[in-house]
Amino acid sequence: MSKQAETLDVERIREDFPILEREFDGTQLVYLDNAATTHTPEPVVETITDYYRTYNANVHRGIHQLSQEASVAYEEAHDRVAEFIGASGGREEIVFTKNTTESMNLVAYAWGLNELGPGDEVVLTEMEHHASLVTWQQIAKRTGAECKYVPITDEGRLDMEAARELITDDTAMVSVVHVSNTLGTINPVSELADIAHDHDAYVFVDGAQSVPNRPVDVEAIDADFLAFSGHKMAGPTGIGVLYGKQHILEEMEPYLYGGEMILKVTFEDSKWNELPWKYEAGTPVICQGIALAEACDYLDDIGMERIERHEADLAAYAYDRLREHADVEVYGPPADDRGGLVAFNLDGVHAHDLSSILNDSAVAIRAGDHCTQPLHDVLGTAASARASFYVYNTRAEVDRLVEAVDDARQLFA
Amino acid sequence: MYRQQILDHYKNPRNYGELEDPDIEHVGENPMCGDTIKMFVELADDGDTIERVRFVGDGCAISQASASMLSGELHGKSLETVEAMDRDDVADMLGVELSPMRIKCAVLAEKVAQDAIAIHKGEADPVETTTE
Repeated sequence: MSKQAETLDVERIREDFPILEREFDGTQLVYLDNAATTHTPEPVVETITDYYRTYNANVHRGIHQLSQEASVAYEEAHDRVAEFIGASGGREEIVFTKNTTESMNLVAYAWGLNELGPGDEVVLTEMEHHASLVTWQQIAKRTGAECKYVPITDEGRLDMEAARELITDDTAMVSVVHVSNTLGTINPVSELADIAHDHDAYVFVDGAQSVPNRPVDVEAIDADFLAFSGHKMAGPTGIGVLYGKQHILEEMEPYLYGGEMILKVTFEDSKWNELPWKYEAGTPVICQGIALAEACDYLDDIGMERIERHEADLAAYAYDRLREHADVEVYGPPADDRGGLVAFNLDGVHAHDLSSILNDSAVAIRAGDHCTQPLHDVLGTAASARASFYVYNTRAEVDRLVEAVDDARQLFA
Repeated sequence: MYRQQILDHYKNPRNYGELEDPDIEHVGENPMCGDTIKMFVELADDGDTIERVRFVGDGCAISQASASMLSGELHGKSLETVEAMDRDDVADMLGVELSPMRIKCAVLAEKVAQDAIAIHKGEADPVETTTE
């Protein structure tokens, strides 16, 4: 039943994640909530402890040895992340933030509040995460700009014909999720970038669910901005990334003011620091940034293409197995064309009940609206259950999920 | 968590339906889950004793079973007694340990009843919907 596609040496990888050995009432954990957060492999944990044990210091302020070591490691972490997503401009194009949401807000405040006005349009999609949807919705309200939403097809893909009509010369920004955290749809972001650029609009790609599990090259996409989070890609919480094309980041005003982001201050005025520090006010996320660079190493050692194939295999397997019963509805595109997650509902059982019952079998999934309430309105349901995969998951774990769904079916029959 | 009694109340909710001319009527929802409960209450002539309760709703088993059980509990109680109920009363009624995430589902019905009474007595400003 559960023949593993041999894309990854999962057994070997699982040794790096001791948390996966946890048992609840004698049953081993099956962790399928990776779209919410992934676990942290030993090399990344060691990087964090090593930082605090041997060279913890504030950056860019001390002449002493510890500060120099921390500063160099922190700066080089930006270079490593730039390399990971194909940003040839290096550290100047990589701003460390708190998470994807903050990266989105940085651009919305720094660029949106200054540049948007009545008559301008921001084009989003119906499958946007609240991180972008709420942000642009509120910035549009404050500036008099208007948000438009590219609809989805019955299969859960973007209606590209509608996109071509919605993106016009009035469009100032196209903000689109790369891989939907609910539908699993892999969106044609490069094509959308071309359309946007034809109308002199910027493109902001939400990479929270794509950068962790597939090769992402910002220059191949031609994204003007890309945001993602460290904790969804084997890194720690508290670190997000904003990629921006260098010339845009140079033109934009800062989002937060304070120390670190300035070059020269008088009582009357201030001059901003160089990129990317201009956008990193105050003591930055030093340890988390260095740990994220280590996570990039960890993932590259496995190979992003292999991770992509592994996730596609698990998603397709889960999609097919869950649909063996007609009372399960799986949302989004078919098995052979989706990111590494499946959101679904079991007829007659609320997603929260389902998740509680799965928890009794030590199967961890997410249940709720996944921060896509308007999309759930389109789907005609308040909530869904979602299983999402990562490098350490197996087909046998998908079988455990399906068995637990069977239990719920019987309980509620 | 899903003991037989809860599943039974979920599948066969007691006092399910609407009242045509209720003394008290109020709706509540938990927007994160999509749980909704609408309650209808008829009072005795003393204006204080609950004579009939009906509810309609949609949502998870915990929220709907809780509403079904509560609808039975409320019968014959004074408004003051209902207002004095707390989360522990709901937990006792359900007879299960609820995780912090699921407490919201369980107490929605109780909160709808209490808000309804507070609005009825003029102790609270009328709100269209109670949210938990």
